[in-house]
Amino acid sequence: MTRRETLISGLCLCCLPTTTGAAAPALTEVGSGIFIRAGLHEEVTRANGGGIANVGFIVGRDAVLVTDACGSLADGEWLRAEIRKRTDKPIRYVLVTHVHPDHCFGAAAFVADQPTIIGHHALRAALGARGEFYRKRLAEILGSDRAGPVVYPTEEVKDGLELDLGGRVLRLIAHGPAHTNCDLSMLDVQTGLLFPADLLFVHRVPALDGSLRGWLNEAERLKRLGASRAVPGHGPMVVDFAPAMVDLTRYLSVLREETRKAIADGVSIADAGRTVAQTERGRWALFDDYNERNVVKAYKELEWE
Amino acid sequence: MGVSLSAVRRSYVKILPLALCLAVIGAAAAQEVLAADSAATDAQRVARWKTIATYIFGDRKIEPTETLIKLDAPARAQDAALVPVRLSMPEKDKIKSVYLVIDDNPSPLAAHVKFGPAADPSLLQLRVRVDTYTNMHAVAETMEGRLFGTAAFVKASGGCSAPIDATDEEALKGTGEMRMKFTEGAVPGKPMEATLMIRHPNFNGMQMNQLTRNYTPPRYIDKLSVSYGDTKIFDLDADFSLSTNPVITFSFVPNGKGPVKVVASDTKDGRWEQAFDMPATTN
Repeated sequence: MTRRETLISGLCLCCLPTTTGAAAPALTEVGSGIFIRAGLHEEVTRANGGGIANVGFIVGRDAVLVTDACGSLADGEWLRAEIRKRTDKPIRYVLVTHVHPDHCFGAAAFVADQPTIIGHHALRAALGARGEFYRKRLAEILGSDRAGPVVYPTEEVKDGLELDLGGRVLRLIAHGPAHTNCDLSMLDVQTGLLFPADLLFVHRVPALDGSLRGWLNEAERLKRLGASRAVPGHGPMVVDFAPAMVDLTRYLSVLREETRKAIADGVSIADAGRTVAQTERGRWALFDDYNERNVVKAYKELEWE
Repeated sequence: MGVSLSAVRRSYVKILPLALCLAVIGAAAAQEVLAADSAATDAQRVARWKTIATYIFGDRKIEPTETLIKLDAPARAQDAALVPVRLSMPEKDKIKSVYLVIDDNPSPLAAHVKFGPAADPSLLQLRVRVDTYTNMHAVAETMEGRLFGTAAFVKASGGCSAPIDATDEEALKGTGEMRMKFTEGAVPGKPMEATLMIRHPNFNGMQMNQLTRNYTPPRYIDKLSVSYGDTKIFDLDADFSLSTNPVITFSFVPNGKGPVKVVASDTKDGRWEQAFDMPATTN
Protein backbone atom coordinates (compact mmCIF):
# COMPACT_ATOMS: atom_id res chain seq x y z
CA MET A 1 0.00 0.00 0.00
CA THR A 2 1.29 3.43 -0.87
CA ARG A 3 0.88 6.42 1.35
CA ARG A 4 -1.46 7.84 -1.23
CA GLU A 5 -3.71 4.85 -0.82
CA THR A 6 -3.83 5.39 2.91
CA LEU A 7 -4.78 8.99 2.31
CA ILE A 8 -7.80 8.17 0.25
CA SER A 9 -9.24 6.27 3.15
CA GLY A 10 -10.45 9.53 4.61
CA LEU A 11 -8.27 8.87 7.63
CA CYS A 12 -4.77 9.88 6.89
CA LEU A 13 -1.86 7.87 8.08
CA CYS A 14 -0.39 11.17 8.92
CA CYS A 15 3.06 12.21 8.00
CA LEU A 16 4.68 9.39 6.21
CA PRO A 17 7.73 10.95 4.62
CA THR A 18 8.83 10.17 1.10
CA THR A 19 12.39 11.31 0.78
CA THR A 20 14.72 8.43 1.22
CA GLY A 21 16.49 8.59 4.52
CA ALA A 22 20.06 7.61 5.00
CA ALA A 23 21.34 6.72 8.42
CA ALA A 24 19.95 3.94 10.56
CA PRO A 25 17.87 5.28 13.43
CA ALA A 26 19.94 6.47 16.34
CA LEU A 27 19.12 8.06 19.64
CA THR A 28 20.71 11.36 20.54
CA GLU A 29 20.76 12.90 23.99
CA VAL A 30 19.31 16.30 23.17
CA GLY A 31 19.08 17.48 26.78
CA SER A 32 19.97 16.10 30.15
CA GLY A 33 18.36 12.64 30.28
CA ILE A 34 16.34 13.27 27.10
CA PHE A 35 16.95 10.89 24.19
CA ILE A 36 15.32 11.40 20.80
CA ARG A 37 15.30 9.44 17.57
CA ALA A 38 14.43 11.53 14.51
CA GLY A 39 11.83 9.86 12.32
CA LEU A 40 13.20 8.47 9.09
CA HIS A 41 12.19 10.43 6.03
CA GLU A 42 10.65 7.44 4.33
CA GLU A 43 7.31 5.87 3.84
CA VAL A 44 6.40 3.08 6.22
CA THR A 45 8.18 0.07 4.79
CA ARG A 46 9.01 -3.40 5.96
CA ALA A 47 12.59 -2.24 6.34
CA ASN A 48 11.96 0.79 8.56
CA GLY A 49 9.32 -0.95 10.59
CA GLY A 50 7.14 2.14 10.86
CA GLY A 51 9.73 4.22 12.71
CA ILE A 52 9.03 7.48 10.99
CA ALA A 53 8.01 9.89 13.77
CA ASN A 54 10.28 11.59 16.29
CA VAL A 55 10.21 9.40 19.40
CA GLY A 56 12.30 8.96 22.51
CA PHE A 57 12.36 8.86 26.28
CA ILE A 58 13.08 10.92 29.37
CA VAL A 59 14.92 9.60 32.40
CA GLY A 60 14.23 10.90 35.90
CA ARG A 61 15.74 9.87 39.25
CA ASP A 62 13.22 7.06 39.71
CA ALA A 63 11.65 6.24 36.38
CA VAL A 64 11.48 6.56 32.62
CA LEU A 65 8.80 8.11 30.42
CA VAL A 66 8.46 7.10 26.77
CA THR A 67 7.17 9.60 24.22
CA ASP A 68 5.85 8.94 21.63
CA ALA A 69 4.62 5.36 21.68
CA CYS A 70 6.37 4.60 18.34
CA GLY A 71 4.98 3.61 14.98
CA SER A 72 4.73 -0.16 15.32
CA LEU A 73 5.33 -2.99 17.73
CA ALA A 74 8.72 -3.48 16.05
CA ASP A 75 9.57 0.20 16.42
CA GLY A 76 8.53 0.09 20.08
CA GLU A 77 10.62 -3.03 20.71
CA TRP A 78 13.60 -1.28 19.19
CA LEU A 79 13.13 1.75 21.48
CA ARG A 80 12.66 -0.46 24.52
CA ALA A 81 15.94 -2.25 23.77
CA GLU A 82 17.70 1.10 23.39
CA ILE A 83 16.30 2.29 26.71
CA ARG A 84 17.57 -0.85 28.40
CA LYS A 85 21.09 -0.22 27.03
CA ARG A 86 21.09 3.09 28.88
CA THR A 87 19.13 2.63 32.07
CA ASP A 88 17.47 -0.09 34.10
CA LYS A 89 15.03 2.28 35.77
CA PRO A 90 11.42 1.23 35.39
CA ILE A 91 9.49 2.44 32.36
CA ARG A 92 6.60 3.93 34.25
CA TYR A 93 4.83 6.00 31.61
CA VAL A 94 4.17 5.64 27.90
CA LEU A 95 2.67 8.69 26.21
CA VAL A 96 0.42 8.35 23.19
CA THR A 97 0.27 11.91 21.88
CA HIS A 98 -2.59 11.27 19.42
CA VAL A 99 -4.40 8.64 17.39
CA HIS A 100 -2.24 8.55 14.26
CA PRO A 101 -0.57 5.19 13.70
CA ASP A 102 3.01 6.47 13.54
CA HIS A 103 2.55 7.65 17.13
CA CYS A 104 0.75 4.79 18.85
CA PHE A 105 1.35 1.27 17.55
CA GLY A 106 4.53 0.70 19.57
CA ALA A 107 2.75 0.90 22.92
CA ALA A 108 2.37 -2.88 23.10
CA ALA A 109 6.17 -3.28 23.24
CA PHE A 110 6.10 -1.90 26.78
CA VAL A 111 3.31 -4.06 28.19
CA ALA A 112 5.79 -6.18 30.19
CA ASP A 113 6.87 -3.01 32.04
CA GLN A 114 3.28 -2.43 33.11
CA PRO A 115 3.50 1.30 32.44
CA THR A 116 0.69 3.78 32.74
CA ILE A 117 -0.34 4.43 29.17
CA ILE A 118 -1.34 8.06 28.98
CA GLY A 119 -3.58 9.63 26.36
CA HIS A 120 -5.93 12.52 25.76
CA HIS A 121 -9.46 11.94 27.05
CA ALA A 122 -10.68 11.67 23.46
CA LEU A 123 -8.01 9.14 22.44
CA ARG A 124 -9.96 6.07 23.45
CA ALA A 125 -12.91 6.93 21.22
CA ALA A 126 -10.61 7.93 18.38
CA LEU A 127 -8.77 4.61 18.61
CA GLY A 128 -12.12 2.87 18.77
CA ALA A 129 -13.19 4.53 15.55
CA ARG A 130 -9.94 4.15 13.63
CA GLY A 131 -7.56 1.82 15.42
CA GLU A 132 -8.55 -1.39 13.71
CA PHE A 133 -8.61 0.30 10.32
CA TYR A 134 -5.08 1.60 10.89
CA ARG A 135 -3.88 -1.74 12.26
CA LYS A 136 -4.98 -3.62 9.18
CA ARG A 137 -3.26 -1.18 6.86
CA LEU A 138 -0.08 -1.28 8.92
CA ALA A 139 -0.15 -5.08 9.06
CA GLU A 140 -0.39 -5.19 5.27
CA ILE A 141 2.98 -3.47 5.12
CA LEU A 142 4.83 -4.86 8.13
CA GLY A 143 3.11 -8.18 8.69
CA SER A 144 0.68 -8.58 11.56
CA ASP A 145 3.39 -9.82 13.94
CA ARG A 146 5.33 -6.55 13.63
CA ALA A 147 2.45 -4.07 13.32
CA GLY A 148 1.18 -4.43 16.87
CA PRO A 149 -2.29 -4.33 18.39
CA VAL A 150 -4.38 -1.29 19.19
CA VAL A 151 -3.52 -0.33 22.78
CA TYR A 152 -5.91 1.87 24.74
CA PRO A 153 -4.79 4.42 27.33
CA THR A 154 -4.96 3.39 30.98
CA GLU A 155 -4.96 7.01 32.15
CA GLU A 156 -6.78 9.79 30.39
CA VAL A 157 -5.79 13.45 30.58
CA LYS A 158 -8.81 15.65 30.89
CA ASP A 159 -7.26 19.11 30.97
CA GLY A 160 -3.74 18.78 32.31
CA LEU A 161 -1.62 16.35 34.25
CA GLU A 162 1.66 16.58 36.14
CA LEU A 163 3.97 13.60 36.24
CA ASP A 164 7.05 13.23 38.42
CA LEU A 165 9.85 10.91 37.34
CA GLY A 166 11.66 11.66 40.61
CA GLY A 167 12.95 15.21 40.82
CA ARG A 168 11.78 15.73 37.26
CA VAL A 169 8.32 17.14 36.63
CA LEU A 170 6.54 16.89 33.31
CA ARG A 171 3.45 18.98 32.57
CA LEU A 172 0.96 17.55 30.12
CA ILE A 173 -1.80 19.45 28.36
CA ALA A 174 -4.83 17.88 26.66
CA HIS A 175 -5.55 20.22 23.78
CA GLY A 176 -8.81 21.06 22.06
CA PRO A 177 -9.30 19.77 18.50
CA ALA A 178 -6.27 20.85 16.47
CA HIS A 179 -3.99 18.52 14.48
CA THR A 180 -6.37 15.75 15.59
CA ASN A 181 -9.12 15.73 18.21
CA CYS A 182 -6.84 14.11 20.81
CA ASP A 183 -3.52 15.98 20.91
CA LEU A 184 -1.32 15.93 24.01
CA SER A 185 1.68 18.18 24.56
CA MET A 186 4.28 17.98 27.31
CA LEU A 187 6.74 20.38 28.92
CA ASP A 188 9.87 19.14 30.68
CA VAL A 189 10.08 21.67 33.49
CA GLN A 190 13.75 20.97 34.27
CA THR A 191 15.10 21.79 30.81
CA GLY A 192 12.21 23.91 29.52
CA LEU A 193 12.08 21.68 26.45
CA LEU A 194 8.58 21.48 24.96
CA PHE A 195 7.17 18.34 23.31
CA PRO A 196 4.31 19.61 21.14
CA ALA A 197 4.17 16.32 19.20
CA ASP A 198 2.29 16.82 15.91
CA LEU A 199 0.99 20.21 16.96
CA LEU A 200 4.31 21.26 15.46
CA PHE A 201 5.43 20.13 12.01
CA VAL A 202 8.80 21.33 10.76
CA HIS A 203 9.74 21.20 7.06
CA ARG A 204 6.90 18.82 6.32
CA VAL A 205 3.50 20.18 5.39
CA PRO A 206 1.18 20.04 8.42
CA ALA A 207 -1.62 17.49 8.11
CA LEU A 208 -4.99 18.76 9.28
CA ASP A 209 -7.18 16.10 10.86
CA GLY A 210 -8.86 17.97 13.73
CA SER A 211 -9.81 21.63 13.51
CA LEU A 212 -8.09 24.44 11.63
CA ARG A 213 -9.36 27.21 13.87
CA GLY A 214 -8.66 25.01 16.86
CA TRP A 215 -5.09 24.38 15.79
CA LEU A 216 -4.41 28.10 15.46
CA ASN A 217 -5.85 28.61 18.95
CA GLU A 218 -3.81 25.79 20.45
CA ALA A 219 -0.71 27.16 18.73
CA GLU A 220 -1.20 30.41 20.68
CA ARG A 221 -1.63 28.44 23.86
CA LEU A 222 1.63 26.59 23.23
CA LYS A 223 3.45 29.86 22.58
CA ARG A 224 2.33 31.19 25.95
CA LEU A 225 4.24 28.38 27.66
CA GLY A 226 7.37 30.39 26.85
CA ALA A 227 9.51 27.48 25.68
CA SER A 228 12.53 28.38 23.58
CA ARG A 229 13.21 24.92 22.16
CA ALA A 230 10.97 22.06 21.16
CA VAL A 231 10.94 18.50 19.85
CA PRO A 232 8.49 18.53 16.91
CA GLY A 233 6.49 15.45 16.00
CA HIS A 234 8.21 15.46 12.61
CA GLY A 235 11.32 17.31 11.53
CA PRO A 236 14.65 17.83 13.26
CA MET A 237 15.05 16.36 16.75
CA VAL A 238 15.13 19.81 18.35
CA VAL A 239 14.21 23.20 16.90
CA ASP A 240 14.01 26.80 18.05
CA PHE A 241 10.37 26.99 18.96
CA ALA A 242 9.39 30.54 17.94
CA PRO A 243 10.54 30.48 14.29
CA ALA A 244 9.19 26.98 13.80
CA MET A 245 5.81 28.14 15.04
CA VAL A 246 5.92 31.13 12.68
CA ASP A 247 6.15 28.77 9.72
CA LEU A 248 3.42 26.50 11.04
CA THR A 249 0.96 29.29 11.80
CA ARG A 250 1.70 31.02 8.50
CA TYR A 251 0.67 27.90 6.59
CA LEU A 252 -2.43 27.38 8.72
CA SER A 253 -3.41 31.05 8.40
CA VAL A 254 -3.02 31.03 4.63
CA LEU A 255 -5.07 27.84 4.50
CA ARG A 256 -7.79 29.46 6.61
CA GLU A 257 -7.94 32.80 4.80
CA GLU A 258 -7.80 31.41 1.27
CA THR A 259 -10.38 28.74 2.08
CA ARG A 260 -12.66 31.41 3.53
CA LYS A 261 -12.23 33.46 0.38
CA ALA A 262 -12.98 30.45 -1.84
CA ILE A 263 -16.17 29.81 0.12
CA ALA A 264 -17.20 33.48 -0.11
CA ASP A 265 -16.48 33.51 -3.86
CA GLY A 266 -18.60 30.43 -4.48
CA VAL A 267 -15.64 28.24 -5.44
CA SER A 268 -16.63 24.58 -5.05
CA ILE A 269 -14.90 22.35 -2.53
CA ALA A 270 -13.35 20.35 -5.37
CA ASP A 271 -11.94 23.44 -7.12
CA ALA A 272 -10.78 24.98 -3.83
CA GLY A 273 -8.70 21.89 -3.16
CA ARG A 274 -6.64 22.64 -6.25
CA THR A 275 -6.28 26.40 -5.80
CA VAL A 276 -5.97 27.25 -2.11
CA ALA A 277 -2.62 27.90 -0.40
CA GLN A 278 -0.56 27.37 -3.55
CA THR A 279 1.90 30.07 -2.46
CA GLU A 280 3.00 27.63 0.23
CA ARG A 281 3.94 24.88 -2.22
CA GLY A 282 7.67 25.54 -2.34
CA ARG A 283 7.97 25.82 1.41
CA TRP A 284 6.99 22.32 2.49
CA ALA A 285 7.89 18.74 1.76
CA LEU A 286 4.96 16.59 0.61
CA PHE A 287 2.84 19.64 -0.14
CA ASP A 288 1.06 18.00 -3.07
CA ASP A 289 0.26 14.93 -1.01
CA TYR A 290 -1.46 16.72 1.85
CA ASN A 291 -2.54 20.22 0.92
CA GLU A 292 -5.63 19.29 -1.09
CA ARG A 293 -6.87 17.09 1.70
CA ASN A 294 -6.20 19.89 4.20
CA VAL A 295 -8.29 22.26 2.08
CA VAL A 296 -11.22 19.85 1.96
CA LYS A 297 -11.05 19.51 5.73
CA ALA A 298 -10.79 23.28 6.18
CA TYR A 299 -13.63 23.98 3.75
CA LYS A 300 -15.93 21.59 5.59
CA GLU A 301 -15.11 23.32 8.86
CA LEU A 302 -15.34 26.90 7.64
CA GLU A 303 -18.34 26.83 5.30
CA TRP A 304 -20.77 27.03 8.24
CA GLU A 305 -19.04 30.02 9.90
CA MET B 1 -14.00 1.71 11.10
CA GLY B 2 -13.92 0.46 14.65
CA VAL B 3 -14.36 -3.01 13.26
CA SER B 4 -13.62 -4.41 9.86
CA LEU B 5 -15.76 -3.08 7.09
CA SER B 6 -17.28 -6.45 6.36
CA ALA B 7 -18.25 -6.74 10.01
CA VAL B 8 -19.81 -3.31 9.80
CA ARG B 9 -21.82 -4.40 6.83
CA ARG B 10 -23.00 -7.53 8.54
CA SER B 11 -24.14 -5.60 11.58
CA TYR B 12 -25.64 -3.04 9.35
CA VAL B 13 -27.70 -5.62 7.55
CA LYS B 14 -28.91 -6.83 10.93
CA ILE B 15 -29.92 -3.31 11.91
CA LEU B 16 -31.67 -2.50 8.68
CA PRO B 17 -32.83 -5.76 7.21
CA LEU B 18 -35.55 -4.23 5.12
CA ALA B 19 -34.83 -0.61 4.62
CA LEU B 20 -31.77 -0.47 2.45
CA CYS B 21 -29.41 -3.19 1.43
CA LEU B 22 -31.83 -5.94 0.75
CA ALA B 23 -34.60 -3.71 -0.41
CA VAL B 24 -32.45 -1.96 -2.94
CA ILE B 25 -30.82 -4.86 -4.65
CA GLY B 26 -32.73 -7.90 -3.51
CA ALA B 27 -31.82 -10.59 -1.02
CA ALA B 28 -30.10 -12.73 -3.62
CA ALA B 29 -27.55 -10.02 -4.25
CA ALA B 30 -26.80 -9.34 -0.59
CA GLN B 31 -23.86 -11.70 -0.60
CA GLU B 32 -22.44 -9.79 -3.50
CA VAL B 33 -22.69 -6.56 -1.52
CA LEU B 34 -20.80 -8.11 1.35
CA ALA B 35 -18.16 -9.40 -1.02
CA ALA B 36 -17.68 -6.11 -2.83
CA ASP B 37 -14.24 -4.70 -2.20
CA SER B 38 -11.41 -2.81 -3.79
CA ALA B 39 -10.03 -5.96 -5.41
CA ALA B 40 -13.10 -6.74 -7.50
CA THR B 41 -12.34 -7.62 -11.09
CA ASP B 42 -13.70 -5.68 -14.04
CA ALA B 43 -16.01 -8.58 -14.81
CA GLN B 44 -17.37 -8.49 -11.26
CA ARG B 45 -17.95 -4.77 -11.54
CA VAL B 46 -19.79 -5.16 -14.81
CA ALA B 47 -21.94 -7.93 -13.33
CA ARG B 48 -22.65 -5.85 -10.28
CA TRP B 49 -23.76 -2.86 -12.32
CA LYS B 50 -26.03 -5.13 -14.34
CA THR B 51 -27.68 -6.37 -11.15
CA ILE B 52 -28.17 -2.85 -9.82
CA ALA B 53 -29.36 -1.45 -13.14
CA THR B 54 -31.90 -4.24 -13.47
CA TYR B 55 -33.17 -3.53 -9.99
CA ILE B 56 -33.55 0.21 -10.58
CA PHE B 57 -34.52 0.33 -14.25
CA GLY B 58 -35.94 -3.12 -14.95
CA ASP B 59 -35.29 -4.14 -18.54
CA ARG B 60 -34.99 -0.58 -19.85
CA LYS B 61 -31.93 -0.11 -21.99
CA ILE B 62 -29.25 2.32 -20.84
CA GLU B 63 -27.53 3.85 -23.85
CA PRO B 64 -24.02 5.24 -23.71
CA THR B 65 -23.60 8.97 -24.31
CA GLU B 66 -20.79 11.43 -24.72
CA THR B 67 -22.99 14.49 -24.75
CA LEU B 68 -26.19 14.14 -22.75
CA ILE B 69 -24.62 13.60 -19.36
CA LYS B 70 -21.19 14.06 -17.87
CA LEU B 71 -20.05 12.79 -14.48
CA ASP B 72 -17.03 14.32 -12.76
CA ALA B 73 -15.74 12.72 -9.59
CA PRO B 74 -12.21 12.63 -8.17
CA ALA B 75 -10.18 9.61 -9.25
CA ARG B 76 -8.90 9.48 -5.67
CA ALA B 77 -11.06 11.00 -2.98
CA GLN B 78 -9.40 13.31 -0.45
CA ASP B 79 -12.10 12.46 2.07
CA ALA B 80 -14.10 9.30 1.52
CA ALA B 81 -16.97 10.71 3.59
CA LEU B 82 -17.15 13.83 1.42
CA VAL B 83 -16.62 13.06 -2.24
CA PRO B 84 -17.73 15.93 -4.48
CA VAL B 85 -19.60 14.80 -7.58
CA ARG B 86 -20.53 17.04 -10.49
CA LEU B 87 -23.18 16.12 -13.03
CA SER B 88 -23.69 18.16 -16.15
CA MET B 89 -26.46 17.78 -18.68
CA PRO B 90 -25.93 20.57 -21.18
CA GLU B 91 -28.90 19.75 -23.39
CA LYS B 92 -31.13 20.79 -20.59
CA ASP B 93 -34.49 20.77 -22.32
CA LYS B 94 -34.16 17.07 -23.04
CA ILE B 95 -33.60 15.94 -19.45
CA LYS B 96 -36.37 14.80 -17.17
CA SER B 97 -34.40 13.28 -14.29
CA VAL B 98 -31.02 11.90 -13.27
CA TYR B 99 -29.92 8.99 -11.10
CA LEU B 100 -26.60 8.81 -9.24
CA VAL B 101 -25.49 5.29 -8.34
CA ILE B 102 -22.44 4.34 -6.27
CA ASP B 103 -22.14 0.71 -7.27
CA ASP B 104 -20.25 -0.65 -4.29
CA ASN B 105 -21.89 1.34 -1.54
CA PRO B 106 -24.02 -0.90 0.69
CA SER B 107 -27.04 0.93 -0.68
CA PRO B 108 -26.02 1.90 -4.21
CA LEU B 109 -28.71 4.34 -5.37
CA ALA B 110 -27.47 7.61 -3.87
CA ALA B 111 -29.93 10.06 -5.37
CA HIS B 112 -32.66 10.52 -7.94
CA VAL B 113 -33.25 14.11 -9.04
CA LYS B 114 -36.41 14.97 -10.98
CA PHE B 115 -36.19 18.33 -12.71
CA GLY B 116 -39.08 20.77 -12.92
CA PRO B 117 -39.87 23.61 -15.35
CA ALA B 118 -37.60 26.10 -13.54
CA ALA B 119 -34.58 23.80 -13.59
CA ASP B 120 -31.42 24.11 -15.59
CA PRO B 121 -30.00 20.58 -15.43
CA SER B 122 -26.72 21.71 -16.93
CA LEU B 123 -25.27 21.74 -13.42
CA LEU B 124 -25.77 19.59 -10.34
CA GLN B 125 -23.21 19.07 -7.61
CA LEU B 126 -23.58 16.72 -4.66
CA ARG B 127 -21.32 15.35 -1.92
CA VAL B 128 -21.44 11.67 -1.14
CA ARG B 129 -19.93 9.02 1.10
CA VAL B 130 -18.00 6.32 -0.74
CA ASP B 131 -17.35 3.03 0.98
CA THR B 132 -14.75 1.37 -1.22
CA TYR B 133 -13.10 1.50 -4.64
CA THR B 134 -16.11 1.69 -6.89
CA ASN B 135 -17.69 2.65 -10.14
CA MET B 136 -20.16 5.51 -10.00
CA HIS B 137 -22.89 5.67 -12.59
CA ALA B 138 -24.97 8.66 -13.62
CA VAL B 139 -28.05 7.87 -15.68
CA ALA B 140 -30.10 10.61 -17.29
CA GLU B 141 -33.70 10.02 -18.23
CA THR B 142 -34.91 12.06 -21.19
CA MET B 143 -38.35 13.60 -21.62
CA GLU B 144 -39.18 10.83 -24.07
CA GLY B 145 -38.24 8.19 -21.51
CA ARG B 146 -34.89 7.02 -22.85
CA LEU B 147 -31.98 6.37 -20.49
CA PHE B 148 -28.41 7.50 -21.09
CA GLY B 149 -25.57 6.56 -18.76
CA THR B 150 -21.98 7.36 -18.00
CA ALA B 151 -19.54 6.14 -15.35
CA ALA B 152 -16.48 7.14 -13.35
CA PHE B 153 -14.21 5.07 -11.16
CA VAL B 154 -13.46 6.45 -7.68
CA LYS B 155 -10.83 5.25 -5.26
CA ALA B 156 -11.94 5.80 -1.67
CA SER B 157 -12.51 3.60 1.31
CA GLY B 158 -14.36 3.68 4.58
CA GLY B 159 -16.54 6.68 3.75
CA CYS B 160 -19.87 5.16 4.71
CA SER B 161 -18.88 4.19 8.23
CA ALA B 162 -16.54 7.15 8.81
CA PRO B 163 -17.56 8.90 12.00
CA ILE B 164 -18.85 12.45 11.78
CA ASP B 165 -16.66 15.13 13.34
CA ALA B 166 -18.72 15.55 16.51
CA THR B 167 -20.59 13.58 19.09
CA ASP B 168 -24.07 12.44 18.12
CA GLU B 169 -25.71 15.07 20.30
CA GLU B 170 -23.56 17.89 18.99
CA ALA B 171 -24.20 16.73 15.45
CA LEU B 172 -27.94 17.00 15.91
CA LYS B 173 -27.77 20.60 17.13
CA GLY B 174 -29.12 22.96 14.54
CA THR B 175 -30.46 20.12 12.43
CA GLY B 176 -32.49 21.51 9.57
CA GLU B 177 -30.78 24.91 9.51
CA MET B 178 -30.44 25.94 5.89
CA ARG B 179 -28.43 28.43 3.92
CA MET B 180 -28.58 29.36 0.28
CA LYS B 181 -25.82 31.03 -1.68
CA PHE B 182 -26.41 32.58 -5.06
CA THR B 183 -23.43 33.14 -7.28
CA GLU B 184 -24.77 36.13 -9.13
CA GLY B 185 -27.69 38.51 -9.27
CA ALA B 186 -30.90 37.34 -10.88
CA VAL B 187 -31.61 38.19 -14.48
CA PRO B 188 -35.06 37.02 -15.56
CA GLY B 189 -34.82 34.14 -17.99
CA LYS B 190 -31.07 33.68 -17.52
CA PRO B 191 -29.83 30.53 -15.71
CA MET B 192 -28.12 31.12 -12.39
CA GLU B 193 -26.38 28.95 -9.85
CA ALA B 194 -27.34 28.41 -6.24
CA THR B 195 -25.86 26.32 -3.46
CA LEU B 196 -28.13 24.89 -0.80
CA MET B 197 -26.57 23.89 2.52
CA ILE B 198 -28.51 21.93 5.12
CA ARG B 199 -27.30 21.13 8.60
CA HIS B 200 -28.00 17.47 9.20
CA PRO B 201 -25.76 14.69 10.53
CA ASN B 202 -27.17 12.32 7.91
CA PHE B 203 -26.46 9.29 10.07
CA ASN B 204 -26.70 6.30 7.77
CA GLY B 205 -26.69 3.51 10.35
CA MET B 206 -23.02 2.69 9.86
CA GLN B 207 -21.50 5.21 12.27
CA MET B 208 -20.57 3.68 15.60
CA ASN B 209 -20.98 5.67 18.78
CA GLN B 210 -17.59 5.06 20.40
CA LEU B 211 -18.89 5.59 23.91
CA THR B 212 -21.76 3.13 23.77
CA ARG B 213 -20.24 0.95 21.01
CA ASN B 214 -23.68 0.92 19.39
CA TYR B 215 -24.40 1.99 15.87
CA THR B 216 -26.13 5.36 15.78
CA PRO B 217 -29.57 4.72 14.28
CA PRO B 218 -29.99 5.96 10.73
CA ARG B 219 -31.48 9.39 10.26
CA TYR B 220 -30.85 11.14 7.00
CA ILE B 221 -32.47 13.57 4.57
CA ASP B 222 -34.42 11.50 2.08
CA LYS B 223 -36.56 14.13 0.36
CA LEU B 224 -35.83 17.59 -0.85
CA SER B 225 -38.06 19.83 -2.90
CA VAL B 226 -36.80 23.12 -4.33
CA SER B 227 -39.01 25.63 -6.19
CA TYR B 228 -38.76 29.11 -7.61
CA GLY B 229 -41.99 30.81 -6.59
CA ASP B 230 -44.57 28.18 -7.44
CA THR B 231 -42.48 26.60 -10.18
CA LYS B 232 -40.54 23.45 -9.38
CA ILE B 233 -36.78 23.45 -9.80
CA PHE B 234 -36.22 19.88 -8.66
CA ASP B 235 -37.31 17.09 -6.34
CA LEU B 236 -34.56 14.94 -4.91
CA ASP B 237 -35.02 11.47 -3.43
CA ALA B 238 -31.89 10.60 -1.51
CA ASP B 239 -30.71 7.41 0.02
CA PHE B 240 -28.11 7.08 2.75
CA SER B 241 -25.01 8.13 0.78
CA LEU B 242 -25.28 11.92 1.01
CA SER B 243 -22.52 13.37 3.19
CA THR B 244 -23.07 14.90 6.59
CA ASN B 245 -24.40 18.47 6.24
CA PRO B 246 -25.60 17.99 2.66
CA VAL B 247 -24.57 20.64 0.16
CA ILE B 248 -26.18 20.74 -3.27
CA THR B 249 -25.31 23.14 -6.05
CA PHE B 250 -27.83 23.51 -8.85
CA SER B 251 -28.79 25.83 -11.64
CA PHE B 252 -32.21 27.29 -12.32
CA VAL B 253 -33.94 29.86 -14.47
CA PRO B 254 -35.62 32.62 -12.50
CA ASN B 255 -38.82 33.83 -14.12
CA GLY B 256 -41.36 35.92 -12.29
CA LYS B 257 -41.30 36.34 -8.56
CA GLY B 258 -39.22 34.23 -6.23
CA PRO B 259 -38.29 33.37 -3.63
CA VAL B 260 -36.48 30.05 -3.81
CA LYS B 261 -38.38 27.71 -1.53
CA VAL B 262 -36.91 24.58 0.03
CA VAL B 263 -38.73 21.77 1.80
CA ALA B 264 -36.54 19.07 3.30
CA SER B 265 -37.54 15.99 5.25
CA ASP B 266 -35.67 13.11 6.81
CA THR B 267 -36.26 9.45 7.60
CA LYS B 268 -37.37 10.23 11.16
CA ASP B 269 -40.16 12.57 10.09
CA GLY B 270 -38.13 15.73 10.51
CA ARG B 271 -39.42 18.43 8.17
CA TRP B 272 -37.96 21.84 7.47
CA GLU B 273 -39.05 24.65 5.19
CA GLN B 274 -37.32 27.83 4.26
CA ALA B 275 -37.61 30.55 1.62
CA PHE B 276 -34.63 32.46 0.28
CA ASP B 277 -34.88 35.84 -1.40
CA MET B 278 -32.84 36.40 -4.47
CA PRO B 279 -29.91 38.80 -4.51
CA ALA B 280 -30.54 42.10 -6.25
CA THR B 281 -30.49 42.11 -10.01
CA THR B 282 -27.07 43.09 -11.22
CA ASN B 283 -27.73 44.72 -14.56
